[in-house]
This record gives sequence, C-alpha cells and structure tokens, in this order.
Amino acid sequence: MASLADRFNINAQLEHLQAKYVGTGHADINRFEWNVNIKRDTYASLVGHHSLSAYHAIAENESIGRTKYSFLQNMLLPCGLPPEKEEEA
Amino acid sequence: MHLYNLTLSRPSAITCAIYGNFSAPKVHEIVVARGKVLELLRPDDAGKVQAIHSTEVFGIIRSLTPFRFPGAQQDYVICGSDSGRIVILQYSKDKNCFTRIHQETFGKSGCRRIVPGEYLAVDPKGRACMIAAVEKSKFVYVLNRDNDARLTISSPLEAHKGSNLCYALAGLDMGFDNPVFAAIELDYAEADTDPSGEAASEAQKHLTMYELDLGLNHVVRKYSEPIDNGANMLIPVPGAGDGPGGVIVCAENFLIYKNVDHAEVRAVIPRRSSLSGERGVLITAYTSFRQKQTIYIFVQSEYGDLYRVTLDYEQEVVKELRIKYFDTIPPAASICLMRKGFLFAASEFGDHSLYQFSSLGDDAADAGVESSSASLMETDEGYQPVFFDPRPLTNLEPLDRLDSLAPILDMKVANLADEEIPQIYATCGRGARSTLRVLRPGLAVTGKAAAGWGGGRGGGDRLSALPCARRQPRCQGCPPALPATSPPHPRHPPLPLPPLHPSLPAPEMAVSPLPGNPTAVWTIKRSAGDEYDAYIVVSFSNATLVLSIGETVEEVSDSGFNGNVPTVQCQLLADDSMLQVYPGGLRHIRPDRRINEWKAPGRKTISQATTNERQVAIALSGGEVVYFELNPQGMLVESEKREMGGDVACLCVAPVPEGRTRCPFMAVGMYDGTARLLSLAPDTTLKAVGATPESVLMLDSPQSGREGSDEGAGSGALFLQVGLVNGVLLRTEVDRVTGQLSDTRTRFLGTKPPKLFAAAVRGERSMLALSSRPWLGYSDQGKFNLVPMSYEALDYAAGFCSEQVPEGFVAVAKNSLRVIALERLGEFFNQQSLRLRYTPRKFVIHPDLKVLAIAEADHAAIPLAQREDLKQAAADAAAAAAMEADQQGGGEAAAQAAAAAAAAAAAAAELVGPEMGEESAAREEQWGAPKGEPGQWASCVRIVDPVSLQTTHCIEMADNEAALSVCLVNFDSHPEHGTLLAVGTAQGLKFYPREAQNGFVHLYRFLDGGKRIELVHKTPVEGVPGALAAFKGRLLVGVDSLLRLYDMGKKRMLRKCEYRRLPTRVATLHVAGSRIYVGDSQESVLFMKYKKADNQFYVFADDIVPRHTTATLHLDYDTLAGADRFGNVFVSRLPPEISAQVEEDPTGGKYAAETGLLGGAPNKLRATNTFHVGEAVMALQRAVLQPGGRELIVYGTINGAIGVLYPFTSREDSDFFQHLEMHMRQEHPPLLGRDHLAYRSYYFPVKDVVDGDLCEQYPQLSADKQRAVAEELDRTPGEVLKKLEDIRNKLV
Repeated sequence: MASLADRFNINAQLEHLQAKYVGTGHADINRFEWNVNIKRDTYASLVGHHSLSAYHAIAENESIGRTKYSFLQNMLLPCGLPPEKEEEA
Repeated sequence: MHLYNLTLSRPSAITCAIYGNFSAPKVHEIVVARGKVLELLRPDDAGKVQAIHSTEVFGIIRSLTPFRFPGAQQDYVICGSDSGRIVILQYSKDKNCFTRIHQETFGKSGCRRIVPGEYLAVDPKGRACMIAAVEKSKFVYVLNRDNDARLTISSPLEAHKGSNLCYALAGLDMGFDNPVFAAIELDYAEADTDPSGEAASEAQKHLTMYELDLGLNHVVRKYSEPIDNGANMLIPVPGAGDGPGGVIVCAENFLIYKNVDHAEVRAVIPRRSSLSGERGVLITAYTSFRQKQTIYIFVQSEYGDLYRVTLDYEQEVVKELRIKYFDTIPPAASICLMRKGFLFAASEFGDHSLYQFSSLGDDAADAGVESSSASLMETDEGYQPVFFDPRPLTNLEPLDRLDSLAPILDMKVANLADEEIPQIYATCGRGARSTLRVLRPGLAVTGKAAAGWGGGRGGGDRLSALPCARRQPRCQGCPPALPATSPPHPRHPPLPLPPLHPSLPAPEMAVSPLPGNPTAVWTIKRSAGDEYDAYIVVSFSNATLVLSIGETVEEVSDSGFNGNVPTVQCQLLADDSMLQVYPGGLRHIRPDRRINEWKAPGRKTISQATTNERQVAIALSGGEVVYFELNPQGMLVESEKREMGGDVACLCVAPVPEGRTRCPFMAVGMYDGTARLLSLAPDTTLKAVGATPESVLMLDSPQSGREGSDEGAGSGALFLQVGLVNGVLLRTEVDRVTGQLSDTRTRFLGTKPPKLFAAAVRGERSMLALSSRPWLGYSDQGKFNLVPMSYEALDYAAGFCSEQVPEGFVAVAKNSLRVIALERLGEFFNQQSLRLRYTPRKFVIHPDLKVLAIAEADHAAIPLAQREDLKQAAADAAAAAAMEADQQGGGEAAAQAAAAAAAAAAAAAELVGPEMGEESAAREEQWGAPKGEPGQWASCVRIVDPVSLQTTHCIEMADNEAALSVCLVNFDSHPEHGTLLAVGTAQGLKFYPREAQNGFVHLYRFLDGGKRIELVHKTPVEGVPGALAAFKGRLLVGVDSLLRLYDMGKKRMLRKCEYRRLPTRVATLHVAGSRIYVGDSQESVLFMKYKKADNQFYVFADDIVPRHTTATLHLDYDTLAGADRFGNVFVSRLPPEISAQVEEDPTGGKYAAETGLLGGAPNKLRATNTFHVGEAVMALQRAVLQPGGRELIVYGTINGAIGVLYPFTSREDSDFFQHLEMHMRQEHPPLLGRDHLAYRSYYFPVKDVVDGDLCEQYPQLSADKQRAVAEELDRTPGEVLKKLEDIRNKLV
C-alpha cells in the first residue's frame, strides 16, 4: 500500500517530469493542450527528418528551406487561439 | 519470409555540406550528409569532385559543422544527429575512414522537439560548441586540448529556456574574449494562454546572445533584443581585428546587421521582378570566407538567386550593408565557398554542381542590381523594394555536376530495350529540373577521354574521312582506311589521327579505325619515372604499329621496335630500356638505343609471354617456359628453363613488390585445364580449375602496399585471378610465402572467355576483365569490387595515362582503337536522362507498344500556355525570322513565307501543345519556373519512347487541372478501343486545408503505334482521383475516400458501383481476381472484395497499425508489400486460414464484414516483415536484376537511393546473416551513436529483415575483430567475406 508520503513523492516525480519533458500530460489536460503538444511534436519531427520536409516541399512546390521555416512558424499557434478559460463551477 | 536489405545506390540528395581541411592540412574538402550517409568529397585539380569515402551511419544526420583549434591545420567534424548524442569525428587518412573521437550522450534518441541536434554552432576560435533543439534545450560543450594535443570535451553546460522556439544558431567571433553564441528565439508561453489572440499577435522574435564564461564555467543569457519577426537565419561576421564582429540576421525580405551596442543596419534583399507581391524572399543558404582583410559572404534565396553581401565598416562600426545580385543557380541545401575559387552547391533537388568564380562581381562595369542600407527607402506601405531580372551565369562557370536521383517520385523496372537485364526507369526531380532517368547497373564510361584522343573532332567516321595526305604527302593515293584483310604496310602509316585539341570536349568516345584487325594493344612509358605514357603499341597478325602520344598521336618509326612482326608483349624495364617480345624472340632496346636480340631456339616460337619491370617469362610452343631476369648491368639473362609437359595457354607474373628485386611467383595456365603457380624455388603448386584457362592475372589485395612501404606491400594478400574458357572468373588467394592457394571464388562474367589485364584505377593496380562485356575489378574501401562497365565488348586493352586522360584504357575492338575513361567510380548505376517540364507524379509503361506515359503536375506554377514571358520570346523569334526572310527575299513572297511559317507553327502548337525551346528549358532548369498563385496548377501528360528517350507527344492540361494518377485500361464493353490510357486529374487543388473544386478522369486512345494520344472523353468525379486501376474490364477509381467502378460510355464513363467508407484517401490500388488491395494515405492497407452478384464492394481485412502509405506492391493473392512516408517498408499478409475462409464463405464474407469491431474490418492482416529504411520510399517494384537471378523487391526513395529486399532462399543463409548482423551490431556500432536495432525499428519493431548494409561493413572491422566474429559463426573471415560477396552477386 502506498503511504501518504509516497503519494506526495509521486506527485513530485510527476512535476519533475513535467518540468523536464515538455508535453508531459497532467490530470486536467484539456483537448486544446493535448492537440497543441501533438502538433508541436509533429512539426519538430517534420523539421528534423529531412526526407519529410522534402516530401512536403515537393507537394507544395516550395523550397525545402521555406518549408522548414514555415513549419517552425506554425509552432507558435499550431491549433489557433486557445479557448476561453471555463468558469469554475 | 526473411528478407535481406541492401542499398544498391546510396542516397544522392545532400542535406548538409561543410567545407574544411579534413584529411590533411591544405587539402580542400567537403563533408556532406546524405540523410543517413556521411561522405567526404574532394574536388581534384581539374575540378572534378571525387568521392573519397562514404559510410552509412544508421541514423539521421541533421547538422554538421567543422571545428578547428586555433593554430591547427585540420578540421574535426561535429555531428548533430537523431542519436541524442554529440559526436566528434576525425577523418583518418591511414584507415581511410571517419573515426569517432568523442561521443557524449545528452538526451533521448529520435528527432524530437526538445532533444538537441537540429542546430550546431562552434566558437570560431575553437573553444566551445553549442548544440540546440527546436525548442527549449541548448547545451554548450567546452572543447580543449590535453598535453598530447588530443581533443577533450567537457560535461555539458545547460542554457535551457522553456517555451522558447529556436530558429537559428551561430557562434560569434569574439576573438579571445569569452565565446558568445547567438540564437533567434521566440517565446510562445503567453500566446498559449491568451484566448484573445493579442499575445499571439504581439509575439516577437528575439536575438539572444549566450555567453560562455570560461572562468566561471557557466553560460549566461547576456543579451536579448527584439528583431524582425521574419528572421530565420544568422550569419556570423568575423570580428576581433578581422572585421566588425556581430551577426547578420537574415529575415524575410531583409538582411539586418546586429551587434551588441550597435545600431541596426538594414537592407532589403533585391527581388525578382516577376515575383508576386505577396511572396517574400527568404534566405535559405549562406557561405562565408575570409581572405586577408576581405570578407566574402554569399547568400542564396529560396528561388536560387545568389547575392553577395558586403559590409562597409570602420573599426567595429558598420556603416553600410550592401546586397548585390550575383547569379542564379538552383536552390541549394548548402553552399560552400572554397579556397581555390570553387563554389560547391548541394542542390535541394536534382544534380549538385561545382562552379568556379570567373569574377567576384565587384568590377564597376558589372551592372548587377544592388541594394544598400544607405539607400533604404521607407514608404507608407513599408520599405521600397529593389528589383532585378535573373540572367544567365555571368560570374560563375559550371565545372562539374554530381548526378542526383533525388527525389525519385516513381520507378518501374522493365526490359524495354531488349537487353540482357531490365532497365530501371525512374522519374526524378522537381519542377523544371525534373527528369526521366534510365538506369542500368554498371560503371559509366565516358567520352571525355576523347579530348585526349581524337580531339574536338569526335567520332571515328570523320577520322577516317580525314585525308591522310596532311602529314604524309606520299600517301595521297592511299584509301582512307585499308580493307581489313590487307596488312598494314609499316612505312605507310595509314592511321590518320587529327591534332589534339585538349580544350574541346568531344561529345563521343574516341574511336579511331585501324587498317586491319589488331590483335593486341599496350601502352608504354618513356622512362619509369614518367607520369604519362609515351607510346601505344598495336600489334596486328603480321605487323606492329608504334604510336607516340604527344601533341598529336602519330606513328613513329624510330622507337626501336621491329614493325614487321606481330608483338606478343612489350614492357618498359626498370632501367628504362624497352622490351618487345615477338614470336621469333626477344628484342631488348637499351636506353642508348643499342639493341640486344634473343632468338627462340630452333623452330620454336614464343606463344605467350609475361613481363614486369625486372622479370620476363616466355612460353615456347611445345610447352617450354623460359625465365629471364634483368641483371644489374641492364642485361636480360636467361636464368631458368622448364618443361611444362603441355602447351601453355597463358602466363602472368605480378609486378615486383616495392623494395624487392623480384616477384616470387608466376602463374601459368595450361591447356590441360590447370593453373599452376611456379615459384622461383623449384616447388610448384598445382590447382585444377576444371576448364582451360584463357587468361591469368596476379593481383594484390586492396590492403597491400598503399604507402609503398615494405610492410604494407607484404601484409595484404596476393590474389590469382583466372579467366576460364567457359566465361567464369576464378579468384584464389595466394599465400605470399608458401604460395599455397586457398579460398577460391568464382563468378560468371559472360559468354566469352574473360581476358584479364592490369590497369591503374585510382593509382592502384586493378583488373580489367574482357568477356562479352568489360568488367572492372578494383578495390574500394578495403573491398574488392567487380563491376560491369557500360560499354560494348572489347578484344584487348591496356591502361592508358596521358595529360588529358589521367586514368583510362586504350582498347581494341574489331578494327578500331578506342580510348575510354571511367566516370564516377563507385556509382552503381549509369544513367541517361530526359528532361521533363513539371514534377512527375506517376507513370505507366505500355507493355505492348513499349511507351511510357508520364503524368506531370506542379503546384503554384504557371501553365505553359499562360506564360507571358515565353510568348514574348516566341513572338520575338518569329519577328526576327520574318525580318530575316524580308531581307533575304524581299517583297511579298517573303511576307507570304513568313505568314505560312507562322501558320505552320500555330498548327504545330495546336497539335503537340506549346513546347519550350531547348534553350529556354535549360534556362528554366537553372532559374526555376516563375511562381504562380497557390491553387494554380501547371500539368501535362507526356508520351515517351524509352529506347530513343524522346518525347513523342505531350498534352498540356487546361482549366487548372493537375494530372496525378495514370493507368492503362481495357473496357470489356468497348473492345474496339483497345487499351486506353486513363489519367486522373484534380481541378484547383489547394492545401491547408486540402480541397479541390472538381476531379476528372480523362480517357486517351493511343495513335500511331503509341507515338501520340488522343482524348476520347473526360468524366467528372467530384474529388481527387488519387489512384486508378483496371478491374475486370472496367476502371476502378479511388476518389478521395470513395472507391468507384466505372464502365465506358459514349460521352463519359458510367458509374457502376461505389464504396463510401474508406478511412482517409485512396493512395494506391492493386487488383487480383475479385480482390482489391487499397492503400490508404493514412490508415495502411485494406483488402476488399467485389461481389458480382450483388454488385457490391466490401472490406474484409485491414491492418492493425496506421501507416501513411506512399507505395504498395502486390506480391501474391494474400500478400502486399508497402511503404509509408516515414521511411518504413512492410510486408502484410492475410493468414492463409482466413484467406481460405473468406473464399469459401457462401455469403462471400458479406455479413462477416458487418460484424467488424469499432468500424474496422472483421479480419486483420499480419505483418510478416517490417523495416525502417530511413527515408520515405516512393516506389516499390519487383524485378530480376540479373540474368537467371531470383526475383526481388526494388525500392526507390525520396533522397534518391535505390535498394533491394531479397528473399532468402535457405534457412541456413538467413540464420547466418541474422547472426552476422547481431555480431556486427555489437562489434561495429554505428558511427553517430544511434543504436542500430533501434534505428531499424524507428516506428515499428524490425521483423525478419536482415540489414545487409550493416553486414557489408564487416571488412571494415579490424583483423582480430573479424576473426572473433567469424569464430562465433564457426567460419573463417575469408568464408564470411565470400558469403557476403556471394549474396551480392546473387542480387546483381
């Protein structure tokens, strides 16, 4: 059985993980946050894998340099504006 | 099924290139990353780029940077990869490979958001480096030297900042102050939490400087200032006495000079006048170079325009920033300015180039467009732009091109030219740089050699037509070429060779007809120390011709050779005397022209001879071998005679090892079917070879004697190569001491008995084997390679070296003398190409008519018909023609003629559509086509004759349609039409979000035996027809997520059946029987069935994992191979019991189909093989690449690699390679620190595929490791190597 101290400990561990690894979820994560994380991860992966950037560049008929740059630009607001904070009920 | 993966041709795209001195001081080299391959390139003095070393790293190379200590003369390479490690490499010249100096782990593997590897920067004074991720993480490593001048690396210092995106990184030149790194950063924390969007619109990029305090050993954020929001790149400027320091920030449309405590200096980037106002100009590559006090900075825009950037400064104050349009070359991933005035441009797509500067564009006469910070004008709408028009190359001259297949967009293997093995047809490139390439395995042989022979005149026919009277007035009556039967008269040189024009590159191979059929050819130097060959000796059946190589190639009579007899062998001896062996004896021509003759005893003649610099062995008819040696007095002394007891077929003695006086062995091939190795000591070794040897050759193994030192020459093995009458080449290792023969390998070369010749390749003794086609055996990175050459059969050959042809061969074939040179040793394929107009999307081969139909389409491009610039050019040309006609004829007749010509041109244009001239197409290839609006498409369908490689017809698409898919179809309802070409087009396709106004399927009928096509009708399909397939005499069309069956009608096609519930979009379609195999663009593959009775489709099986399918290949009724865009290849199979159940089900699985869970199909496919190739595979084909070989899967990737997956035939082989792979993983971990197993399991765990690329690195292990691994496998290293060689020979 986990004691009280352990539970605090787990929370502390989780906090540590959240601080260390961007995108680690939490209990109250909402749809928007979840999506934003996934999209940012995706864009970072597209920039990192040259062949994926090339794939997009061919489809759009842009240069690879431009394609990578627009992926990075998209990381600012990947899912549009965040939703209004819900009233605490 | 177990597969063996082998890359045949490494990726040809370059993702990153750096310049430095890597192998030795003052050797100017380029290190390039080709996705997963690291390569060292070196341009030679002639400006040809040579690949020195190439290695697969089993990881993705994301960034490279050279690193050098102050005062050092050589660079290290720092690599950022997907391994979560920083790796520092040094090129080891002795071992000819990259060695890992340091490998420091800092994070998880993979190309992740917060794991560094994407950006790398070094301190210009060589004290530290920074490695950064796209978001948050930055590490600084302090680099230092220990007492032995070895590189040391510190533990990492963190410079993280959360929710900060990084766009660029650069190391600033601070002299010997603390190192400073600059980064472009953007904080998104506030934008993420502000629903009003205010924070997002105010988000500002910052230029941030990180200072590494060497005293305190920590990193501080020293400075952060807002900069232009379009900033994307940083160019460090030399400082500390050499320049003003600081950094140039490249932003969209601007370059901005920034430094701490320095005002911003901004200049606009000149833009093409044809560019739409909405498009920015983004700098995507730069290179800089400092020579004495001048700083050269060149930048390239995304459109390919090169600019030269100049800073006017005093002390540390920059007064003016100027940007001058320099030239236009294709957009590059990296450009490298090199010391010799070379510019290396690694193109994003298509061939890479090396240029030479013809001027620096700074002379006053040059009217290049320039923008300056001083003349920056701010208006209400922003800054005043500066315009220019691209022009042909003026400041650069192209020197060399490196072929690149990247990107391969579609590929098919077929034997359309009726050759021994099928050709690979690949559509490559993008936009105006697109090509169709025909690939054939084999070494490319070029006509460049013709410059050294045959001069600018090229072809042989013209040579023979040249009057021989020019040099020999006496011969005026001679026919240009004597009939083959008549022997040449030695005093009437009938070989008219034109003078040499080294500057004119001849387009063809140098071929000179000879007066009769020569039997043999040799080249010979004037003295042993000479660099180039001086004479070519050609032997006929009853005469010998000696040609001297100089300004011109002409016959000489004062060489001392006897011209009235055929020659058996000739050789330059060690004391610079020459030896001619002829059937009657030996003729030894001393350097002072005294001649010693040795006559063959009695009525015996010399049938065979072999020589090296000091030793001569001859075989007399009757089977006697006489051996001579050159004594210190320069006399040839007969030292041994030996009765062989049978006629001798061939002889060979290896060259004298460096520092020795003789080669200890001689090989003799006998007509009794044995090859014997004779030693100077009287013991002999016998080797029965099973067939009569045609030719023998002794060859040193690759490891030996590279340095020419004694130990080097002794350490490598000696190989005995034997060409047999039945066309087989035998290779046997010879023990250097005992002469024991061991480890024999055989290889079938062709239908003619291989004749073996020694020739220098890359300065090493290599082998030329002439069978029904020529082969070259040479050593490449410690491995013996035997590759076919793409050239016709030759009869006799010798190495050739002249000023124009540093390494080539002179050969005879029938009655001609040829000089051939090798191009690009190490390339697996040789290519022919045809230029295309737009990006090729898909193509199809008509198997009966043997023509190719290619669908080409470009987004955001202007269709040819709407191109104002081209119309203008055409009008100008017509006007000029009219004017000319006017001047010539005058009056009405001319006007009529001009009108007729114009009408004819218009008619022609209507017939084949507008076509660009060769000149404008070449220009377009260099500049790129003008950009159109998003959603605007230019597209065409092209018919190509694959044998002559010419376009026979091209139809331009109208109404903004883009041809995206093609297939051939026969309609059962309309058999009179025969085979039709179906082309799927999308109208007004747009991305983000993806939408199309409409889609069509065009049906074309072939005319004139497939030379032309004609539209039958077109049918709207309300979506993007992503894939087409002929199915049971009807046409199956995948329209977005629908699958439809069409039959042919009179005016349009008629819908017969439809299935609406496919997951995303249909990407590929295959059919077999009543099954349909659908590749979905996101949800892997689905197996469908058509039930004729109900006229219904249903899905009966699907996959359990999502895959973004790019290509599929139908293997058998239950099996499908496929590839996805993340670089995985898989084979999926329907389990046999389920397959049988589906077939036997009386309802045809119809009701079962409705019981699937969660919207999926009731049955699931099982993956039998998965493998990560490392880059998106765009095409899969099954093919046999060798006569009588087994069928295998060929794949082509977006980075231009071609590889194969070979199904193992026996359990034993599969086990062996699996174990070898396992040991290789342990003994030879990948260079950049990525775990091999993890890499091959990038997205899905690797299953039943052995990585041959890793296994083939076995020869790179050290000898004791090789032995250890071989022992684990219960074999000897030789057997392991043999096994590797065997499997490669089985494939190709």
